[in-house]
Amino acid sequence: MNIIETENLTKKFDDFIAVDHITFSVEKGEIFGFLGPNGAGKTTTIKMLTTLLYPSEGSASIAGFNILNQRASVREHIGVVFQEPALDTELTGKENLDFHSRMYGLSQDTRKKRITQVLTLVDLLDKKDVLVKNYSGGMKRRLEIARGLMHSPTVLFLDEPTLGLDAQTRRAIWEYIKQLNKDEGTTIFLTTHYMDEADFLCDRIGIIDHGKILVMDTVDILKKSVGHDVIMLSCSDNEALQKRLEKEPWVSNITPHASFLTLGVERGEEKIPTIFDIARTINVSISSVDVRKPTLDDVFLYYTGRSMREQNPEAPRNRTKKSRGFHLRRRKS
Amino acid sequence: MNQKDLQAIYMLWLRQMKRFLRAKSRVLSTIVQPLFFLFILGFGFNIAVFPGMQGSYINFLAPGIIAMAILFSSMFTGVSVLWDKQSGFLQEVLVAPVSRLSIVIGRTIGGATIALFQGFIIMIIALIMGVPIVDLQGLLLTVLIMVLLSFTAVGFGLIIASKMRDFEGFQSIMSLILMPLLFLSSAFFPVNDSLPRWLQILSYCDPLFYMIDGIRGSLTGVNNVLHPLIDLGIILALCIIIMGLGTYFFNKSEA
Repeated sequence: MNIIETENLTKKFDDFIAVDHITFSVEKGEIFGFLGPNGAGKTTTIKMLTTLLYPSEGSASIAGFNILNQRASVREHIGVVFQEPALDTELTGKENLDFHSRMYGLSQDTRKKRITQVLTLVDLLDKKDVLVKNYSGGMKRRLEIARGLMHSPTVLFLDEPTLGLDAQTRRAIWEYIKQLNKDEGTTIFLTTHYMDEADFLCDRIGIIDHGKILVMDTVDILKKSVGHDVIMLSCSDNEALQKRLEKEPWVSNITPHASFLTLGVERGEEKIPTIFDIARTINVSISSVDVRKPTLDDVFLYYTGRSMREQNPEAPRNRTKKSRGFHLRRRKS
Repeated sequence: MNQKDLQAIYMLWLRQMKRFLRAKSRVLSTIVQPLFFLFILGFGFNIAVFPGMQGSYINFLAPGIIAMAILFSSMFTGVSVLWDKQSGFLQEVLVAPVSRLSIVIGRTIGGATIALFQGFIIMIIALIMGVPIVDLQGLLLTVLIMVLLSFTAVGFGLIIASKMRDFEGFQSIMSLILMPLLFLSSAFFPVNDSLPRWLQILSYCDPLFYMIDGIRGSLTGVNNVLHPLIDLGIILALCIIIMGLGTYFFNKSEA
């Protein structure tokens, strides 16, 4: 059974099309991720699916309820962790959670148990009686995650769940999301621009850019679509080498970058000598070479023609809405 | 309206109480400001003679100031939805599985509680200053009008909040809408035939006029233009319309 189903879901803001006719479905019990840069339309999609925005065109259903005309039933079945802070800063951490659990109709016993449980998870138990306005940014974020996990919805929406958190907390939250998905069968829809997060958590990924889904599949299949290995080369004449290599049948997805080339191949380590030979025949000298397994960044690059890392690299990494820097860790695999 | 909705209403009310009591400066300023009006205007104009006015000026002024305190406080509650919008907290409320109506009711009751608390403080101070009460029935009617006034003003605030994206427009709304409403409402001077005709007509178009006239008629029993029960009828109709519109606009607004 599909928990989320969308059909040509579209949102326009004046002339700007934030989400452009997207159609996808998420199965029950799945962890599905939208991976894409800032402004790709991830948050807008979540806002439409959670009844906070009206779509301009198309429709969607959550747990069988239409987001256009069964909005109350949709809300019954969802939980959301927003990207922007959605806390009442004049209340304490515990009061925020209490507010939430009552709004979601949890019984008194469940309420107490869950509050302690989630506060322990995000390591805020000793700060529960502090006003949220005195929390640090990271603490607020953790409290928000804790709140999203409190009630057990059919589907949980997580908009950039671990943005701005330290490595240790991210790890703990990932584990908890996995566990929640396994133990309670919660379907999870998340958006992220962290490759490692998408890789670790998601069963399936949709790569989204400029409001369109470019490709959608399991992480493994997506990576294999790029080639089994990725070779990165820099040399004296990238263009000439690219033209020459394009003629070779064993080279797929050759892509030029500012100062290097990437190509997808099978058994990359065996191909390096061949490439050197070819380069020598056209008088190109190779200055560096690297072979690695494809990452989601290579997948993104392949489908969008640009690296996620290349996007506004000097933008500050604070949590303002549009100006977040795009960064990811190089994965070892 | 099921159990869940009732709990949501209670929670939204409780949240406002907590926020109000924690904002000490707000508690203080919302009580002190009307008192300035009551004392300074009250004693300042006490020697002035208004044609057709019975009793002292303070007796005339007190109902207007009670209404003003409630109006400002309730409007503020309605408009403070904008704060929740900007802080993002509104999203948390809007995705919760509770009806929009209970959200509006919760906020309205919360705002009304605070506004009435302020209104009563002004009323008690006015009574201590010697403003007479006509009878117990009148007092009860006054309280009823105060409640309706408060609901109406919260609803009005909700309408404004749904039309504004940020606070830049708030100041101009205060001076362009609220001030004329207040000045025309007969809060500060009696509206009768000694005024120019156009001013009288404008006053009769001012919803706040009926609220203050109603409080004046029911509380002090003098200087009112209409019978308090007629005022009550007008106020009730107005309250239903504005609250309905407020709910409608709140429903339509996107977070």
